[in-house]
Amino acid sequence: MKNVIALIAGMFFGGGLIISGMTNTAKVQGWLDVFGAWDPTLAFVMGGAMIPMALAWAYSRGRTPLTGGSFPARPDPKLGRNLVVGSIMFGMGWGLAGLCPGPAIASLGFGGASLWIFIAAMLVGMLAAPKVRNAMDRVVPAE
Amino acid sequence: MQIDWIYGLIGGLLIGTGGAIYLLGNGRIMGASGIIGGLVDGSGRSTAMERIIFLAGVFITPLIVLQFMDRSETNITNNIMQLVIAGLLVGVGTRIANGCTSGHGVCGMSRLSIRGFVATVFYILAGGLTMAILRHVLGWI
Repeated sequence: MKNVIALIAGMFFGGGLIISGMTNTAKVQGWLDVFGAWDPTLAFVMGGAMIPMALAWAYSRGRTPLTGGSFPARPDPKLGRNLVVGSIMFGMGWGLAGLCPGPAIASLGFGGASLWIFIAAMLVGMLAAPKVRNAMDRVVPAE
Repeated sequence: MQIDWIYGLIGGLLIGTGGAIYLLGNGRIMGASGIIGGLVDGSGRSTAMERIIFLAGVFITPLIVLQFMDRSETNITNNIMQLVIAGLLVGVGTRIANGCTSGHGVCGMSRLSIRGFVATVFYILAGGLTMAILRHVLGWI
């Protein structure tokens, strides 16, 4: 059952990403390009996506997931170095190629070799992340 | 241009519906970097099948949509250096920040998570600054 739900959720996610145009890196870079031909599409995608999600969070209160277990607890609201530095690094990469992880997977099937190169580098980056975090710990402690 | 906003909104609603299904069904946050990252570093081994199937859905559906809609344009660069640096930054950054546009952005902000808002502000600022410098100052991209 969990696998069926994962497939349906993934299909909605992938379908939404391509229909919204987020697999087109020019639209993502256009959103970030405030000093050029600014493209507001991404704000509509974000806003649209937050509507069903906000309803789902509201509905989840006092309930349990369909397949059992429990809903993810609210994270500790601490805003450490990792959140800020990690997000800045991610944002730089996002702007540089116009891709974030979801749309990269969604366009992997039709985007050609460039997408595979980006994904390979992203996976290496994910593997290297703990090492980078340790290196940062030696310079600036996390908290 | 106007039609793009409508497609953006429809696509966004579909993305959010996917996140809602994943949350209410499996009790999990639909964050692309976390789902992939857990497979890469082994931290998500116990839920590996669910993650792989989710990603398969993300991969396959666009290929179906392409049969009905002209959406094959990616405008992705073929500069290998640019792709590698961008990929490394996205990989390292999303794991250190513990989320990306889907996890912190869509799922986090919709539950009014302060971490989601802060992450989103910083990655949009960093992305905007990167674009401003590389496109308008240096003229590289």
